[in-house]
Amino acid sequence: MTSTALQPAPISPGAASDGQAARISVRERIASQVQRHGALAVLVLVVAIASATSSTFPTWNNISSILGSNAFVWLLALGMTFVIITGGIDLSVGSMFALGGVLGAYGSRHGTWLAIVLPLAVGAAWGTVQGLLIAYARMAPFIVTLVGLLGLRGLLQAVTSEGATTYLVPAHSWFRNLGAGTWTPVLIVAALFALGALLLTRTRFGATLTALGGNEHAARLMGLPVARAKVLVYLLSGTLAAGAGALGGARLGSGVTTIGVGYELTAIAAVVIGGTLLTGGAGSIGGTVSGVLLLAVIHNLIDHYFSQYGSAFTDTVNGGFLAVVVLLQTLLSRTQQLE
Amino acid sequence: MTSLTWPGAALDRGRLLRLLQEYGVYAALVILFVVAVGLDGSFLSTGNIRVQLYQVAPTLLVALGMSLVIGTEGIDLSVGATIALAASVVPLYAGYGLFAALAVALVLGAATGAVGGAMVAFARVQPIVATLSLMIGVRGLAEIVNGNSAKPITQSGLLGLGSHTLGGVPEMAWIAGVCALLTGLLVRRTTFGRQLVAIGDNRQASRLSGLPVRRVLITVYVLSGVLAALAGVLIVGHGAEADPANQGLNMELDAITAVVVGGTPLSGGRVRVLGTVAGALFMQLITAVLTQHNVHTSYTQIVEAAIICFAVYASQERGTR
Repeated sequence: MTSTALQPAPISPGAASDGQAARISVRERIASQVQRHGALAVLVLVVAIASATSSTFPTWNNISSILGSNAFVWLLALGMTFVIITGGIDLSVGSMFALGGVLGAYGSRHGTWLAIVLPLAVGAAWGTVQGLLIAYARMAPFIVTLVGLLGLRGLLQAVTSEGATTYLVPAHSWFRNLGAGTWTPVLIVAALFALGALLLTRTRFGATLTALGGNEHAARLMGLPVARAKVLVYLLSGTLAAGAGALGGARLGSGVTTIGVGYELTAIAAVVIGGTLLTGGAGSIGGTVSGVLLLAVIHNLIDHYFSQYGSAFTDTVNGGFLAVVVLLQTLLSRTQQLE
Repeated sequence: MTSLTWPGAALDRGRLLRLLQEYGVYAALVILFVVAVGLDGSFLSTGNIRVQLYQVAPTLLVALGMSLVIGTEGIDLSVGATIALAASVVPLYAGYGLFAALAVALVLGAATGAVGGAMVAFARVQPIVATLSLMIGVRGLAEIVNGNSAKPITQSGLLGLGSHTLGGVPEMAWIAGVCALLTGLLVRRTTFGRQLVAIGDNRQASRLSGLPVRRVLITVYVLSGVLAALAGVLIVGHGAEADPANQGLNMELDAITAVVVGGTPLSGGRVRVLGTVAGALFMQLITAVLTQHNVHTSYTQIVEAAIICFAVYASQERGTR
C-alpha cells in the first residue's frame, strides 16, 4: 500500500498510479473480450488438433453424431444460461428432462398434441412454483431446485410405478418425427437458441435479467420487475427442460426413467465454460453454444480414443480434460482476478 | 415501541422469524424426534438409535468439511467421489493393517482436496466447476483402482473401526462427534477459523487486509477432502465391502442439504457447526421415519423434498441478498 491518506481513490487491487489504472481498464476490456470468446478459442483449438490427428474425426458421420445424438440435452444449457445470468441456479433440470420424456411418451399414446402439451405444462407449472419460492419467499435457488431434483425423481417414479412401467411411443405416431434423423433435432435446437439469443439481447426482459444478475438491489430500486423476471426465468428453464425431455423421448421412442442423472451439472459446466459468470450479471447465448459444442467434441474424442479401456477410464479422462479446459479458459480471462 | 413494554408482544413477526432462523433446525429436530417416537415406540430402542448413529456418521463427517467450504462461499461437489476413492484403496492396503489403509486413504483425500483448492485459490476457477471436474474424474479413478468391481474386506481391524461400539455408542459416531467438536473449535477459537469466515464474507477486503486467502482456501478444501476420505474408510469398515461405483453417490447433495438446513448460508461468511450436526441428524431422521413406515421410495423423495423446503424456509437468513 503506497497510497497516502490524501488519495480518496476507490479501492482497486494494484492501482498505484493513474497511468496504471488506465492500462488496467484497457487490459480489462481485452480480457472481457477473451473471456466472452474463450470457449470458442479453445473449441477451435481442440477441433483443429482433433482434425489433424484423427482421420475419423472430421468425417460427416462423426460430425452428425456429435450434433444429432445429444442435441436436445443442450436445451438444458439454454435455460440454465438465463437462470445463471440472474445469479441463480437450476439443479432440477436433469430430473425434469427424464420426467418430460416419460410424460411425452405417455401422452403420445393419446395423440401428438398431448405428447407436446403435457410435458410443457408440467415443466411450466413446476418452474413457476420454483420461481415463486425463489422470488417471493426469497429462498436460495440452490435449495429450491435441489428439492426439485429430488421431488421430480419421486414424481417420475410415482408416474411409472417405481420405474416398472415404461411408456412406448406408438410406432405410427407423428410425434416420433420430431426427434428423427440428424437435422430435425439440430434445427429445432438451433431455432430455440436463436430465439433465446434474441430474447436476451433484444428485449426489455433480457436487459432486466442482466441488470438483476449484476445488482439485484439496484435493479429493484430502478423499478425493474425483478420478482416477475425471476419467476419467468425458472418457468423458462423448467419448460425447456421438460420439452427437451419430451423431444428426447420422441427420438428414443420411449420415456426412460433413469435418464438425466447429472445432466444439470453438465449444463452448468457448459454455461460456465461458455463464459457466463455463476455470480450472474454477465453471459451470452453464443458462449453457451461454444461451451456445449466444446463438451460434445471432448466427449466424442474421449469416446473415440479411450472407450476401449472401459467406462471408468473414460470418466477419469473426461474429468481431467474438463479440468484442463476450465483452467485454460479461466487463465485466458483475467477479469475475474479483478473481481 | 409497545413491544418493549409488554413481554408477550415482544414476539412480533420479525423477532419470531429471527428466533426461527436461529433455533428452527433444533426445534424441527425435536419435533421430528417426538413424532417418530409417537408413531412407533420402538424407535427409542437402543438397537434402532445405534443404527441411526451408524448411518449418520459418514454424512456428518462430509457435512462438516462442506460447512467449512461453504463458509468461504465455495462448494465441494467432489466429496462423494473422494469417498469412493478412499474406499477403493482400502482393500489394497488392508493387509498392512488399519492404519496403513487409513493413512493412504486420507492422503488421497487431502490430495483431491488440494487439487480442487488450488484450482479455486490460484486459478480462480469457480468452485462448483472445479469440483465438478474432480467429481467426474475421481470417481472414474476410484473404479479403475478397484478394477470395476466391489471387493469384500475381511481384515478384522477395519471391520472394528466401522462396527465396534464404545460405551454403547458406535465408534463411528464417536469419531464423527470428535470431528464435529474439533471443527467447532477450529471455527470459533482459532485465527484460521476467523480468517475463513472473513474470506467468505468479503474476499476482496480479506485480500486487501493481508489475510492469507489462498492458503486458507486450499486448507479448507484439503480438510473437506480428508473428512470425506475418513467417511469413505468408515463406510467400507461398516459395510465390509469397497464398492466405488456406488459408495458416496449423491453424498455431496446430502452434505450440502445438511449444512444449509443447519443454517449456514450458501453465500458464505458464517459457519454453524452445531447447526450442521442438527441438520445431518434431521435428514437422517426423516429418511428413517419414512422408510420404517414403509412409505414407497417415490413418495419418500417427495416428502423429503417438501420437508427440506420448509425447514430451509424456516431457518434461512432473511433480508440479505
